[in-house]
This record gives sequence, C-alpha cells and structure tokens, in this order.
Amino acid sequence: MVKPTQGAPRRRIAPQVIPQVITGLEPGPFHARIAALNHQHAWTNWMGFASPAVLDSVEFEYFAIRNQTTLFDISPMCKYAIEGPDAERVVNRLVTRDIGRLSPGRVTYAIWCDEDGQVIDDGTIFRLADDCFRLCCQEPQLAWLSDIAWGFDVTIRDVSREIAALSLQGPTSAALLRSLGVKAIEALKPFGIASIRIGECEVDVSRTGFTGDLGYELWMRPPDAARVWDRLMAAGDNWGLRAIGYQAVEMARIEAGFLLPKIDFLSARSALRTNRPSTPFELGLDAMVDLAKPHFNGRRALLRLAGERPARKLFAVEIERDKPAANALVYHRRKREVGMITSALWSPTCKRNIAYAWLDAPFGQTGTDDLWVEIYLQREIRWERRMARCRIVDKPFFVHQRRRQTPPANM
Amino acid sequence: MAGSSKFDAIVVGAGHNGLIAACFLARAGLKVLAVEKAPHVGGAAVSLSLTPGWTYSNCSYVCSLLRPEIVRALELPKFGLQVIPYESGATFNSRGEYFAYFSDHDALRRELTRHSPHDADNYEQYARAVMRQCRLIKPLLMRTAPDPVRLRPRDISELLYILRRFHDLGPREMAETIRFWTMSIAEYLDQFFETPIVKAHLAGSGIIGTGLGPYSPGTAYVLLHHYMGEVDGAIGAWGFARGGMGAITQALAASFAASGGEIRTGSGLDRFVVRNGRVTGVVLENGDTFEARTVVSGMDVRRTFIEHTEEGDLPAAFVKAVKRYRFRGSSGKLNIALDGMPTFTGAPKDARFLKGDLHFLDDMPEIERAYDDWKAGRWSASPYVDFLIPTQIDPTMAPPGKHYATVFVQYAPYHLAEGEWDDANREAFAETVIAKISRHSPDFRKLIVHKEVRSPLDIERETGLSEGNIFQGELTFDQLLFNRPVPGYAQYRSPIRGLYMCGSATHPGGGVMGAPGANAAREILSDLGRRIDMGAAA
Repeated sequence: MVKPTQGAPRRRIAPQVIPQVITGLEPGPFHARIAALNHQHAWTNWMGFASPAVLDSVEFEYFAIRNQTTLFDISPMCKYAIEGPDAERVVNRLVTRDIGRLSPGRVTYAIWCDEDGQVIDDGTIFRLADDCFRLCCQEPQLAWLSDIAWGFDVTIRDVSREIAALSLQGPTSAALLRSLGVKAIEALKPFGIASIRIGECEVDVSRTGFTGDLGYELWMRPPDAARVWDRLMAAGDNWGLRAIGYQAVEMARIEAGFLLPKIDFLSARSALRTNRPSTPFELGLDAMVDLAKPHFNGRRALLRLAGERPARKLFAVEIERDKPAANALVYHRRKREVGMITSALWSPTCKRNIAYAWLDAPFGQTGTDDLWVEIYLQREIRWERRMARCRIVDKPFFVHQRRRQTPPANM
Repeated sequence: MAGSSKFDAIVVGAGHNGLIAACFLARAGLKVLAVEKAPHVGGAAVSLSLTPGWTYSNCSYVCSLLRPEIVRALELPKFGLQVIPYESGATFNSRGEYFAYFSDHDALRRELTRHSPHDADNYEQYARAVMRQCRLIKPLLMRTAPDPVRLRPRDISELLYILRRFHDLGPREMAETIRFWTMSIAEYLDQFFETPIVKAHLAGSGIIGTGLGPYSPGTAYVLLHHYMGEVDGAIGAWGFARGGMGAITQALAASFAASGGEIRTGSGLDRFVVRNGRVTGVVLENGDTFEARTVVSGMDVRRTFIEHTEEGDLPAAFVKAVKRYRFRGSSGKLNIALDGMPTFTGAPKDARFLKGDLHFLDDMPEIERAYDDWKAGRWSASPYVDFLIPTQIDPTMAPPGKHYATVFVQYAPYHLAEGEWDDANREAFAETVIAKISRHSPDFRKLIVHKEVRSPLDIERETGLSEGNIFQGELTFDQLLFNRPVPGYAQYRSPIRGLYMCGSATHPGGGVMGAPGANAAREILSDLGRRIDMGAAA
C-alpha cells in the first residue's frame, strides 16, 4: 500500500465505491517480500494466489531444504475453523481416523471420504482446544463440511484469509527459532502446537511439514505477516535461511512420501468421470482408516472394500538409471500396459530415481516383477524412448531422525 | 430461367441447417439446389444492415452450439467463419448490486465468495453436475436417435449405446440424470445456491426461447441445451461469430457454392410435388418448378407438412401428431444501434465483465412473474433480457466508437390477449424493454441511433419459424430424442418417400447447432447408398 505523500493532490473519494474482484493472480500476505526476491519472476497459481515457482534456482532451493532452513509461503492453503460443543463429533464424522485420540495442542494428518469410501481430500487437523479444531487442506471444503455438520452444535468458518502461514523447514530451523529466543521449541514434539512470539507478533508454531525432516509451520494474523517474515530473514543469515519456491517444495514432498491431490489422486468431489476417485486402500493409506470407530463418513463402504482386493493401487517405485519418469506409462514384461506414473523425481538426497505409480491389480499387489516404465528423453531436440525397469519400494523415500528428535538438534 | 430444372436433391429453406444438409449432399457428389423465400440466405442466422454503418445479428446472436465437426468438415474457417469467445457476463439487480460471471476460474470463485462462500464452494459441484450431463448427451448430438418402437438392428444398437452410457454413470448419477432431465431449473439451482442474484443469473439459460417459467419442470434440460456447446473445446463457452451470425450462413453458402451447389433466393415454396407417396420435386411461389427425387425441408414441421403438403398425401395420425407439436413462441428481439458505449450505474468504473451477456434481474421469482404475463397473453412487464454489446469485441458491426446492442427478450407472446402485434404495440413492447434497461443504464436511451423491434410474429414472418419459436419447437422432454419432431419420424424421414426433414424441429433441436442438418444428410446419403464425408472431423 502506497501512502499519499505530503503535498500530493487529494483524491476525491466516490460516494459509493462499487467493488470488483481481482482477475488473474491475487497477491498473498507475503507478496511484497517474495516479489522482491523472485529473480526468476516465475509465479504459479495456488488457489488463485501468486505463489513463487522458483525464486533463484530450484537446485539450490532444494538443497537449502535438506541442508539449511527454508521459508515458503503456505497462506493459500484452505483453512477451516470447526468450533463448538459438537466439534469433536463433527471432525470424527468427517475423517477416517479416530480424532478422540488427538489431544488439545496436537496435530494429525487425516483423510476424509464420501459415502462411497472414495477419498475427498487429505490434510492436517489441529486440535487447538477441546472444542476447537482447525482443518488445513488443498481444496475448498466449506460446502462438504457444512453438509457433515448439519444438525450438530458447531460452527464452521472458512478462515483461509484470516491466517497467514509460513513453512520453515530444514535442519537448522530449530536453531533459527532458538536464536530468536523461542523457548517453546525445546519441548515441542513432532505434531505439537505452541504459542510463541516473534518480535511483538503472536505466532502459533506447529512442528509439522511435508519434508520428512525437522521443520515448523508458523501461523499468524495477516497484518503481522511482513514483520514476522522480516524478523525471520534478519535472524536467518547464520542459519543459511533461504526463501524458496514451489518446485523445490514439491521435490521434498515426493521424497518424504506425501501425496498431492490433483497430481497423485483425484478428489471424489471434483472427478468428472465416476471411476476416477480412489479409496484409502488404493492409496495405501490403510493405517489412517479406523474401521473400529463407530461411525464416520464412508465407513459402511470402507468396511466392504476392506475385504476386497483393490482394482488398482498407488505404489512407491524406484526406477533404474537417472531420468525422471513423470507421466510415463508402466508396462509388464515391456509389453502390456498396467499403469502410469504420477509424481517422479531424481532424488538428489537419496541418489535414487523415485516415483509414485498407479498399477492395475494384480500388479504391485502380487505380481511385482518385470515392471517397466516408458521414458521419453529429449536429447537436443531428438526424442528417444527408453524402457527402464522399475520395482516396488517402501515409502517414504526420505525421512531423517532429526524429524523426531526432541529437543531438536541445532543443525 | 437459367440452368436445368432437374436436380439430385433440393433443399427448401437456406437457413443454417438447410445449408449444412445441402453442403454435405453436394460434397457427396449430388447436384443440389437450395431454395430460399427471403432475398438472402441464412434463415435465423443472418447479419443485415438496416442503418448505414451498423450490422445486426437480427435473430440468433451468439454462437456456441455449432458442432465443431461440421465447421471442420465443411471448411467453414476457409470460407470466412471466425468464432470469438466472450469472456464474462453479469446480472444487475434493483438494489444496485451485481453478480459478474468470469471465465477466469479464480475470479469467478472470488466473485461468488463475495456473495456467499457456500455458493462459491457449491458452484464447483454444480459445474461438475452439469458437465457430467453434457458428457452424457454430447455424443448423442451427431447421431440419429433410435426408434424404440421399430427396433431394427440399428435402433437396438443405438438404444444399447445410450443405455450403456447411462449405466456407466453408476446408480447415484443415473438417479441424478433422471432428476436433471425432469426438474425445473429453479429447483435445480436451489439445491446448490443460496444467493438470489447468483441463481437469477444462472437460471436464464433454462428459459431462453421456451414457453416455460423457471419453476416449470423440464427447464433444467433447457439449461443443459445451452451448456453443451463449446468454443475450441471450452465446454459451455459462448462466442460471437465475427461479422454477426450471418457469417455462419455466408460461410456455409460459400462452402456450398464451392461444391457446385446452386442457391435460389427470393421465392418461397408453394408446394412439394408428390406422386404415389413419393416426392418428385417442388413448385415455388413464382411458379418455378424443379424436379428431384430427394427433397429436404429445413422448415419446421408445421410449415413442411401442414402448409406445403397435401394432407391427403400424409397419414392422418402423422398429421395429428404434427398439429399437436408445440411451438409456443415466447421471445422477442431488439437490435439497437448506439452512438457510444452505455454506462451502467451498478457497475464499477472499468468493469471487466461487460463484454458478455448482461441481465437486469433480482431473482428467479421475477422471471416467473415475467412468465405469468406471457401466460396471460401480455409481454412481460419486467422482462428477462439477454443483453449483449458484441462491438466491444467485434469491430466489424459498428463504426469505431459506436456500438451495437442485441437485446433478446423473454417473454413475449405470439398471440396478444388484447390487440394485435401492430406498430403501436411493437413500439410499446420496445419501450418496456428500453425502460427496463434505462433503469440500470441512464444514458442508454439517448445513445439510440436506430432500432429494430421484432415480436414473435415478426420473427415468424421474416424467418418462417412458426409462432416465432427460436428452436423450431419446444425443447421439452416430450419433444426430444426419438420424439422429435413426432414419434416414429425422428430419423429425418417423413411419411412421403424422398421427403426429408433437416431443421431444428428434428433431433437434437435448435440453437444454431447444425447437428440436425448434418444428421439428416447422413440419413439421406445412406438411403442413396452413399456415405457422408465428415473428413478429419469423423
């Protein structure tokens, strides 16, 4: 916001200002700070907000996640407050895991399904108090939450624009917060929440993230956003702090074994073709489904599906040689098409060629050998086709012991 | 009289469907004549200049449904057709508020959120539900509807094709589909949205051109009919034909001529010549007689069979079915030459949403009340208008700085309860519309340089569309698929051998889609032992 300088002509203000929404990308709460660092001028669209794709170099931004500390604006995430006497019942009706076991001040990763047991979205659920939850996810859920909460004594609010958020991830992230005098991080375990101050600003910190390593997420009021950013950046020099873009975050996300809607799976609420959504079992998220829980949305269907072999399943795979296999088709015995790759990456940390693959049954489930991916290589404007062997491996590809260590290590 | 009077096929009525059928027949090697009553080709897809400097899309005014397969097969872009999508639209209400529709998905979500966060979220569900119905019906457009009574092998296989597509939806979506095809647009929108102005904006597509109100069952389908088009794969998008809708039929006429087709304008049909149950040619009003063993009528069924065919040549049951086929004209049209761009009191300065369809409306009940007037034989006191200023995008239709407004008006009855559609009533009708627009655009009236006012009766007189029904007959479920135009005759053939139908009164209906013309040509050529050439579009 530019303030009028002294002596500038005073603009007459129209008696009635008719609103008009922004077309194109909207600046988020950290936009001015990020824009100043965005030397590549590369923006992507995240829920209509301008989110940096890369600021300087994907490579160095990625290594900052694995070696130092990084700052990434996660404000565009959808955030919902679920509050009231029936809040726990509503959240339990929503998600497939038992939320009664989540204590106040703790966070959990959860998925939720439609009545056919097909996954709608995944996200993190913050239990801020006994009767106060916050849901963070990738796609708008207000209508669905309202349906779930109908008849319960609970209020559901979209607080996406009321909360600005930063992801502070990397081995030196605890050291950085320590240097700012944040005491609470010493006792803060993974998936814990604490209220802290950064400068004069009140900030909620959760020990969460999608990197498989030590890291935090900071939640604040949008008017404080720039001040918190400045404080962190000022303290960050000693700890190699680097603002990063989405592409580097995406690399760490794949290594850490997290799935992304619209990339690895399609929400049951947005799929046009009725056979596109997937069940938690197909996504390999069986551990997040608590069928012993009395009732939740999709339970009846999931009880039935639990006894059946999934028609297709998502697997973590490792592919020979070094070329990423994004969007590749998977073949059995190099001939029969049996699936496709979603996310793919040459992992610079693991030094492995990794990917997620959808495989039609029985492939991956019982028949695990002789699987190949078809990779197209562009070599100086000539395309070459390579069949590369791939094998099923365990997720995640990368997780560091620093992630769990409490109190957290300094680097 | 130049040239021979003998042709392989004669197409009566050179509207877009007649020309499309004529093009495909000519491309298959037939010697084809197209005859047209008006001094120009085009039917209801015309661009005429009525005042120097301005060109109007006199009847139809926007383009979305025209099947891309036809555009491609007939090489219409080569013959001058350009369709330009428009990017937005808006509804202004009487409290000075507006709802803008943006094709930019994020802007639309922000705009919906401005009115209601729930509506913003539910819009995605609504758009998906409509898109699923589009996906179900789209493949049926360029296919001949099966005859469920005759059940020849092709009917059985077509029925199975429809059933299989239906069944693939799964039980929940099958139920949704039945609901969608039978519901009213108002009740359908009520399921998703809470904001009156949002629902009012979306409801328009359910009632345009139909003698039904937003609370009448069957109007949800009419909405679908307006959504199943596309501009370059953007489903549901609408655009302008550069130079007006006449650009479509001019390109068709040029394509037809390039295939050796012959067009005669200025004299309408007097009668089809029928001998022993077979058509042998046509006699025009000017006495010209042409022979052909294949005659294709682009006119609606009332004109074709009641006015231009001897009743004795037709089965009584067929005549009865044609007589009960419903037209019910319900729309009027104003074409207005403007001295400049009008301003809208409800719009912000530099509004980015004025390039598309504009409406002046509070809620769906207001449309229903407009419909009540129509039922009583009056034009709506507060009509639903589909108002566009194409010259913001198309520079060819008005001088620089000047504009052209096309104002589609719903509802206007064909028969007035009191009086006739004379000059005084036509002027009073125009005044009702201009007064309504002026409440939202105070400078609109003084910018008017010239106007053309068309009641349903005028539309009928000028285009031949019975009762001025823009779809050549209501698009209700009882008159769709194998019931369009009448049961047993939904495959473009008539009871008279050699006489075919290709107008919007046949499957899949109107809206400048062209599918009836192409489907009819396919059936005719198949009867002649030939195949339609859809080229790379096949």
